[in-house]
Amino acid sequence: MSTKIDKTFIRPYGDTMNDGRMQISFSMPVKADESGKEAARQLLKQMGLDEIEICYIADLSEGFAHIVAYANTSVFVDLTKIQVKTVDTDVMTMEETDEFVELQLGRKITIIGACIESDAHTVGIDAILNMKGYNHRFGLERYKWFNTLNMGAQVLSEDLLAKAREMNADAILVSQIVTQKNIHIKNLTRLIEMAEAEGLRDKMLFICGGPRINHELAIELGYDAGFGAGSYSTDVASFIVTKLASKKQ
Amino acid sequence: MLHLTIPQDKIASARGFAKQITHSLEELLNSYSSVTIERTVLRLLGIDGALEDGTPIPNYIVDQLKSKNALDKGVAYWISNAIVYTGLSAQDVANSVKDGKLELTQVTQQPTAEVIKVMNDLAQKMIDHIKLQRATRESYFKKYGPRNAPSLYVIVATGNIYEDVLQAKAAAKQGADIVAVIRSTAQSLLDYVPYGATTEGFGGTFATQENFRIMRKALDEVGAEINKYISLTNYASGLCMPEIAAMGAMERLDLMLNDAMYGILFRDINPQRTLLDQYFSRMINAVAGIEIQTGEDNYLTTSDAIEKAYTVTASQLINESFALLSGVSPEKMGIGHAFEIDPCIENSFSYELSHALLTKTLFPHSPIKYMPPTKHVTGNIFEAYIINAMFNMVAQMTGQGVQLLGMLTEAVHTPHLADRALAIDNAKYVFNAVKDFSSEISIDKEGFINKRAEAVLDEAIVFLKRVAEQGLFNALEKGEFANIKRTQTSGKGFDGVFRKSEDYINPFMDKIKQELNLD
Repeated sequence: MSTKIDKTFIRPYGDTMNDGRMQISFSMPVKADESGKEAARQLLKQMGLDEIEICYIADLSEGFAHIVAYANTSVFVDLTKIQVKTVDTDVMTMEETDEFVELQLGRKITIIGACIESDAHTVGIDAILNMKGYNHRFGLERYKWFNTLNMGAQVLSEDLLAKAREMNADAILVSQIVTQKNIHIKNLTRLIEMAEAEGLRDKMLFICGGPRINHELAIELGYDAGFGAGSYSTDVASFIVTKLASKKQ
Repeated sequence: MLHLTIPQDKIASARGFAKQITHSLEELLNSYSSVTIERTVLRLLGIDGALEDGTPIPNYIVDQLKSKNALDKGVAYWISNAIVYTGLSAQDVANSVKDGKLELTQVTQQPTAEVIKVMNDLAQKMIDHIKLQRATRESYFKKYGPRNAPSLYVIVATGNIYEDVLQAKAAAKQGADIVAVIRSTAQSLLDYVPYGATTEGFGGTFATQENFRIMRKALDEVGAEINKYISLTNYASGLCMPEIAAMGAMERLDLMLNDAMYGILFRDINPQRTLLDQYFSRMINAVAGIEIQTGEDNYLTTSDAIEKAYTVTASQLINESFALLSGVSPEKMGIGHAFEIDPCIENSFSYELSHALLTKTLFPHSPIKYMPPTKHVTGNIFEAYIINAMFNMVAQMTGQGVQLLGMLTEAVHTPHLADRALAIDNAKYVFNAVKDFSSEISIDKEGFINKRAEAVLDEAIVFLKRVAEQGLFNALEKGEFANIKRTQTSGKGFDGVFRKSEDYINPFMDKIKQELNLD
């Protein structure tokens, strides 16, 4: 048996190369009986899966059932064609970042964050900035070498820029959670245009974040970086200090 | 029997320092009030509703009185004065203010005795209602039997109260004892309580009085089906602590997250504001028979759970002392702690057992709230499931009161229907498997578990003594708690704190103090 992996043809591996075996678990509004099992089987069939084995079905009450299944997929991916545009700085821990700033920059870094314009949802900016952080990563407020200000929700672009000028900020973090009718694009564009008009654009890093934001979009809008869902304070902190150090050189 | 051997004088000394810390704040607690305390008074007087732009009427009235520099007399006076003058109900007076037809400070001053009488009658009426809710809860427990211990506590957090109802009912049928409706992210920083039923939230559902009512009704219905009283809990925390406590008291919630210092440290809410708000909110909880729950788990999610274990103990004792000042009885204090030690650490189970036993030893009469592993649960659902089993085992063995069930999908999403069911199955299996196990084993007095617990208490004593000597505010300023520095005048909501005038009246605080035999 060959153990050589063909990178152009990759499927899940259960116990044989490219068998495509996967475990699937979900709940559905069906009865935990043979009809429920059949419903689950048909659903998986329509997903293109084969060799479907519904190994467990249990009643969750209120008309729902929990299903665990195994099934094979026949589709594959070509690893040689995978491309992702991401922030490509190495991610450091809080301690490593603090040490990096101390050694490479030798001064405290000032970071200002806000939810701008119409957005009242501070969940993103709080997760990155606030002491408590999110998912076991402390917020930037806790970093010894960061001087941070979280301006909170519905901050006007002009107020954010005025504060950035006053505090001589190194980086601005903008969070946009609400994306109805692409309001986030309008808000982010407004800020960056004002920053350019006021001659602040190149004086500090402009970073945006939110569930519908990714690095590619951020670059397109004229920001230095963008962080989407699943990003942490450590990602943002590492980017800021690495970028500042590279600018310094 | 599993129990620790810890010198009683050490426990007494730790308690003594905690008492010294909280009792030094009496001047603040007696001489100041806050905008949310006043809004609570309005709500308790029977005033509800919102303006077209969503501003709650209680906010509108308090802000207006504040702008006239009239708040220091307390809102109860102004409303009652207007009631005597107009002959209207409290709600109608409030509506007139809202519609711009009445300006409270312009109403002719009515005879004081009449104003006080109106105020006291309204206060008594509401307190009677709250006591009736308490009696209703007690009669349900009498009818269906007491809550299980450890209780199975699950959360629902869809953002839509009607979807929450579906999930809560399913959870109740699967075996949950307590349902918590998680609040929408950052509600704690809103200086108002939204109005009405809500169907959109972020990572949770807004705490509103109507949402409380909807969920209470649903749980009473499902309870009747399965012959069990399902307890409901929410969050009396953030900038509207006492308002939410009052809403919970009126709508018969059974438990409330209600920590004395959480807002200060982890939400950057002004220290004076938080301490005032927790004082009154806990009084309301006490008179309503609502079990409070404290948030010590937060000390461990932001710091190392072994190194900072003593901060949990210290916070527990401070929380207890503040709760006693508000008249909460130990049986209603769900003192908190958490299972957050890094699972890679050798003998992590012994550490967890030791810490859990210490909490139980310090608060033998309290329904201790045990929080699940979250910090080291990062998306590996299979590993999470087994860590949760260990957490459940410690809970059963050490007699915890309320088990906040760990979810295998912690850090992935708010729990799916099946996640919650699996968590309940996990707890049921483990609780049953080791049900009486601890009655047959004992802790070696000279062993690691006993010594570890004593060492944590020793560290807590040193810490509490240091805080007691410098005073709570100085300690906060120096970052003694969780390495977070907070000053007396910094933080959100400070502008909502004010000194009461000589003739200030809050009839609810006065009556509740009488009810609870305080001062």
